[in-house]
Amino acid sequence: MSDIALPATPLEQRRRSYWAQVARRFLRHGPAVGGLAFLLLIGLGVIVGPEFSPYDYDGQDFELIGSPGEMTQAHWLGTDELGRDALTRLIYGGRVSLSVGLASALIATFLGTLIGALAGYYRRWVDIVLMRFTDVMLSIPALPLVLLLSGLLRPTIPLLVAIVGSLIWMGTARLVRSQFLALREREFVEAARALGARGPRVMFRHILPNAIGPITVSATLAVGSSIMLESALSFLGFGVQPPVPTWGNLLNAASPWLSTAPWLAIPPGLCIFCTVLAVNFLGDGLRDAMEPRG
Amino acid sequence: MNIGYIIRRLLGAIPLLLGISLVLFGVIHLAPGGPLDVYADNPSVTPQAMEQIRTAYGLDRPVPVQYFLWLKSMLVGDWGYSIRTGRPVLSEIVDRVRPTLELGGLSLVVSLALALPLGIISAARRHSALDHVFTFLSFAGISVPVFWLALLLQLLFSISLGWLPSAGYQTIGGGSVLDKLAHIAMPTAVLSLATVASWSRYVRSGMVDVLNQDYIRTAYAKGRRESGVILYHALRNAMIPAVTIIALDLASVISGAVITETVFAWPGIGRLFIESMDGRDYPTLMGLMMLGSAAVIAANIAADLAYASLDPRIRYE
Repeated sequence: MSDIALPATPLEQRRRSYWAQVARRFLRHGPAVGGLAFLLLIGLGVIVGPEFSPYDYDGQDFELIGSPGEMTQAHWLGTDELGRDALTRLIYGGRVSLSVGLASALIATFLGTLIGALAGYYRRWVDIVLMRFTDVMLSIPALPLVLLLSGLLRPTIPLLVAIVGSLIWMGTARLVRSQFLALREREFVEAARALGARGPRVMFRHILPNAIGPITVSATLAVGSSIMLESALSFLGFGVQPPVPTWGNLLNAASPWLSTAPWLAIPPGLCIFCTVLAVNFLGDGLRDAMEPRG
Repeated sequence: MNIGYIIRRLLGAIPLLLGISLVLFGVIHLAPGGPLDVYADNPSVTPQAMEQIRTAYGLDRPVPVQYFLWLKSMLVGDWGYSIRTGRPVLSEIVDRVRPTLELGGLSLVVSLALALPLGIISAARRHSALDHVFTFLSFAGISVPVFWLALLLQLLFSISLGWLPSAGYQTIGGGSVLDKLAHIAMPTAVLSLATVASWSRYVRSGMVDVLNQDYIRTAYAKGRRESGVILYHALRNAMIPAVTIIALDLASVISGAVITETVFAWPGIGRLFIESMDGRDYPTLMGLMMLGSAAVIAANIAADLAYASLDPRIRYE
C-alpha cells in the first residue's frame, strides 16, 4: 500500500494551500471580516440573549397595556401596546428571522444544486425539461408569488421555510448547471469515468467539489435574500403570525404607532438592515477569496 | 435587427406563458379554502345561496375544467370578472395602471439620473476614497428593507417635519401638480434607492472594463481630455451590460411595487394585488400574476434585443 500513498501527499498539500489561500484572501477583505464578526455576534446574541432577559416574548405587563410604553430602566427598548418587552421580542424575533433565513437558504441551495447538477451533467432532455421549468419559475415575479403562496396556505414556520426556499433556487440552479457543463468535459472527470465511476458518483464526488466556490457564494447571498423575503412577508402580514415575533412582523405591529412610539419601529428594521448588509459583505468577500479573477 | 429572431422569441414566449399559467392556476385553485370563505360565517347566506354563487363563478367544476375555461376566455381577451367587486378584471387592472406607471416611470428617471454619474465617477476614480464610499453606499442601498426605509421617511418628513403627506395619491377631491409631486416624492425615493444602488454597480464595472482597453489609451494618446474620453469613447460600450440589467428591472415597473404601494397607500397595481389577496379574488390574482409574468418575459426579450443593437459583434441567428 505504501507505493500508492506517495502521490497522495503532494495532493493533500495542494489542497491545504488552496484553502490557506482562500483564508488569506478572505482575511484581507475588511468588510467581509467585519460582516462575519457581526453575524457571529448577532447569532450568539439571539441564542443566549433570551437567557438573560427577565421577560418572556409573550409575557405581558398588565399595567402597561393599551399603548406602547417608553424606554425605561426596566424595558430598555420600551413595551408594545400589549405590554410586552420590546427588547425580548426583538431578540426572539431575531431567532426566528435568522433561522428562517438560514433554513430557506439551505433548501434553496440544495434544490438549486441538485437541479443544476442534473441538467448540466445529463444534458439532452433532462436539461431541456429542468431549464424550461427554471425559466417558468424565473418569469413569475418573485414577491407576488411568495405572497400568493403564503397568503393562500397561511403557513406554519416550517412550511414558510419550504415556500421561501422553493422559490429562490433558480439562480443557483443556473450557476451550478453552467459549472457542470464546463467541468464535465475536463480530464479528471474523464479519468473518473474511465475508472468505472457512474452518474451520481461522478457528479457529487468529482464534479461538485470543484464547483464549491460559486455554490458557497450563492448560498451566502441566498441567506440575505431569504431574510429579506421573510421580513417582507411578515411585514405585509402574510408570513409568521403573531404572537411569535420576527423582525418583519414586529415592524408591522409598530407601524400604526409610528407617530407616537417611533422607538418600536427603528430597532427591528435596523437589525434586518445590518444583518443583510453583513451577509452581502460576507458574500462579496467569499467571492473574492474563492473565485479569484472570477 | 433580425425580424425572424424577434418572431421566434415571441413564439417561444407562448409555451412559457402556458407553463406559467398552469403553475399559477394550480397554486391558486389547489390551495385550501376559497373566495367564498367570507360567506361561511354569515348566517344569512343559506347553503343554497352558497351553491348558487359557487355555480355562478364556475367554482363547482373540476379544477382542470376551470383551467381550460379560463384559458379559452383569456385567449379571446376576456380576463373574467373580479369576485370582490363584480367588475371585469381587465377594467380593475386598467384603473390601476396609471398610478403605477407614474410612480415606476418617475423612479426610472430618478434612478438613471443618479446611477449613471455615480457609476461613472466611481470607475473613473477607481480605488479612491470616493469610490469606496460609493461602494459602501450601494451595498447599504441593496440591503435596506424597503418597508423600513418607507417608515423612516414617513417618520422624518411627515411626522417630524410635516413637509410631505405620509400616504395617498393626492389630496381628496383632486390636487394641483405640486400636491401630486408631494405625494409621489417619498414612494419614488424608496423605489429608486435599490435600483440606483444596483445599477450604479453595473455602470461602474462596465466602465472599469472598458477603461482598461487599448482604444481608450489611444484616445488619451491623441490628446483627448478625460471627460471627452469617458463620455464620447467609453460610455457607449460601458453601458452595454448595464442596459441589459436595466431592461430586466423594467418588468417590475409594470407588475407594480407591492410593498411601496402598500406602505404609501398608492392606488396602483401592487396595491390591487394585496386587496385581491385579502378577498381571495382568484380571477384578479390570476390576471395580475399573468400580467407580471408577461412583463418579465417581454423585458427579457427587450434586454437581448438591446444587447444586440448596442453591440454589433453580437448576432442572433
